[in-house]
Amino acid sequence: MTKIQELYRLAGELGDGRKEELQERIVKAIYRQAEAISGRVVSRHPGWACDWDRRIDDVVTSRLTGFPLMLLLLGVVFWVTIVGANYPSEILAALLFGLEDPLSFLFDYTGAPQWLCGMAVQGVYRTVAWVVSVMLPPMAIFFPCFTLLEDLGYLPRAAFNLDGLFKRAGTQGKQGLTMCMGFGCNAAGVTACRIIDSPRERLIAILTNNFVPCNGRFPTLIALATLFFAGSLSTSLSFMATAVVTTLVLLGVTVTLLVSYLLSKTLLRGLPSSFVLELPPYRMPQVGRVIVRSIFDRTIFVLGRAVTIAAPAGAVIWLLANNSIGGQNILKGMANFLDLPARFLGLDGYILTAFILGLPANEIVLPILLMGYLAQGTLVEPANFQDLGNLLVAYGWTPVTAFCFMLFSLLHYPCGTTIWTIYKETKSFKWTIAGVLIPLAVAVIVCGLVNFVGRLILN
Amino acid sequence: MGLNNPVQLCVTLVGNPNTGKSTIFNALTGLRQHTGNWPGKTVLTARGVYHYKGREFLLIDLPGTYSLVANSPEERVARDFLFFGHPDATVVVADATCLERNLNLALQVMEITSRVIVCVNLIDEARKKNLNINIAVLARELGVPVVATAARTGQGLDELKDLIYAVACGYITPCPREIGYGHYIEERLQKLLPLIQPYVSERRQARWLALRLLEGDESLLETWANKHLRDDSYD
Amino acid sequence: MGFNDGLKSLAELPVRSFAYVVTVGGQGLTRRRLLDLGFVPGTLIEVIRSGPCGDPVAYGVRGTTVALRREAAGEIQVKAAGKGWPGWA
Repeated sequence: MTKIQELYRLAGELGDGRKEELQERIVKAIYRQAEAISGRVVSRHPGWACDWDRRIDDVVTSRLTGFPLMLLLLGVVFWVTIVGANYPSEILAALLFGLEDPLSFLFDYTGAPQWLCGMAVQGVYRTVAWVVSVMLPPMAIFFPCFTLLEDLGYLPRAAFNLDGLFKRAGTQGKQGLTMCMGFGCNAAGVTACRIIDSPRERLIAILTNNFVPCNGRFPTLIALATLFFAGSLSTSLSFMATAVVTTLVLLGVTVTLLVSYLLSKTLLRGLPSSFVLELPPYRMPQVGRVIVRSIFDRTIFVLGRAVTIAAPAGAVIWLLANNSIGGQNILKGMANFLDLPARFLGLDGYILTAFILGLPANEIVLPILLMGYLAQGTLVEPANFQDLGNLLVAYGWTPVTAFCFMLFSLLHYPCGTTIWTIYKETKSFKWTIAGVLIPLAVAVIVCGLVNFVGRLILN
Repeated sequence: MGLNNPVQLCVTLVGNPNTGKSTIFNALTGLRQHTGNWPGKTVLTARGVYHYKGREFLLIDLPGTYSLVANSPEERVARDFLFFGHPDATVVVADATCLERNLNLALQVMEITSRVIVCVNLIDEARKKNLNINIAVLARELGVPVVATAARTGQGLDELKDLIYAVACGYITPCPREIGYGHYIEERLQKLLPLIQPYVSERRQARWLALRLLEGDESLLETWANKHLRDDSYD
Repeated sequence: MGFNDGLKSLAELPVRSFAYVVTVGGQGLTRRRLLDLGFVPGTLIEVIRSGPCGDPVAYGVRGTTVALRREAAGEIQVKAAGKGWPGWA
């Protein structure tokens, strides 16, 4: 008999098969000492300290105001982001796109070949300029707002509020926490799923994290909401856009709950596990530091990653858009090929092509789309948001197209980084593929339905 | 170990979730790991290097845990690292506003390693709640150095660095208080200890291992057995 | 009888009441987690509030607030300590 077996045997004998009781005795003994020591060490000053945490929780987690307050907070954060990002975006766009002509001129002046100039300026530079001007301002506002809520201690309360809903969907409130992280970046959201103890529920949370719009998709949604669903007055404009974005996010949450429910009834069957969550005390965030840190650490980091993907992608797309095989423009060929299935989803061939080529990073979907449209060479390049709207309308976009685009963007499939993270976290090809196919199926069904109904109403 | 030892010193940070571990990690290393106010924020083990008094310290931020026995992945990571990693010093970060529950973890850590420093963080929050904590008495009760900090404002961090330096280099030898488990368990421990003792250098660790054995904590024993008993059993 | 008189499960207690933990049932990880969080026999628990959906419920335990679902709270047997703050017995 080996020594380890001998040890096991003896320990089992001593334990008398009452492992649970022994455990309890041990934990109890440790706690008794902790209690005794803290009793000797901690003293409460005379004087009554108002228990603010409880008072705040009375409002934040109450039956009456809990959910409305969550909705309000979400709406306010979106509204601040939309309103605040509008002008900086315009200015950045004007500045960066204004540099395009001098850049082209510089290339001509140095005698560089035409294709190099095209690829560098219209491909790489324009894509990067687009990503920066559309993404930077919303991120620079959204990240600090969100970090403030996070540092304050609101997120566990949100998880506490949502747990009842998640329980009905067969999972748990901590999934809500991972979804909050998904707002920043789905890859981060998928990693955050480690806080969920039950493997079944963790997998569900990983597979559904994509339904929260990350920072790559969020600005795209804001841009389109502003373009297509806003009146002409600037205040009503921002409120409408906020309403549209909030509705989309709520839709994402609903889809998350539904898909979680279906998964726990089919592929990942099981009962909801226990939910144990500590609600930490609220802490006053250090506003200044939060703003500086979230801009310099998170915003610049995410933007940097987006740009490093956007730059080469811009070159590739430009090559596709400006080269032909057998007399057929490659990008146009792809778009034509995809046009029929795309029409079924309320999109068009170029949009679907853009989503497919945008797999590495969601933030480059719109630039790809524009390059595809512009490669036809008939229209002026958009210098501002208004031009962009006109351009899209000229290509046959209706509010239904815009809505389907936003829905597809919200639902479709995770970006390359997130897919890789899902693989790393699950260590399973099967679940990684499920993580792509489930959202895709949902996106196809939802967009198909919306398109069908939308056309019925409009006609 | 002495002053001339050129090797990097290894220091681990452990603590309940949400006690400001990451803030302390950032303050010591100058790195900027994101901190947030929700339990489970740090899911990865962060590492950073800092220098103090001419020595190089590798600081390892272990995931936040409530205890060192339960079977969640974070807890296993923290426990295995403390037991098998033999860190030169371990800082237990405790939340001053709920010391009792945090001491529960500190006592468990002290069962594994003696080179412990208890850092009572968020002392400013405790003050706001009219709580007063007697650091000197706490140090005496625990048998290890204790420092009060408010990591967000930087209060107490110099003292913490001093203590880490002293403990890691061996200038201070903490002697943590041993937990008594009562007759029922102690009797059983005494029967197991002689069998484990030969394989474990420290008496403290043997006792801890025997307790886990009694509890039937199999995951730990597998790892331990693989390290120590495998070769031996073929004699 | 005798010893187990007046035992209830924690899930049955109304909001704003207090009770002492008598036993922690269940098994495996959940039980362990409950013990680690301080739900140890002899501990005074306060039922703080229930969530917007009625479940989970937030409990005050050893100076912290912990949310438990009905199922987990049902595993904890307690002895009611009345409505007011009973002091440290």
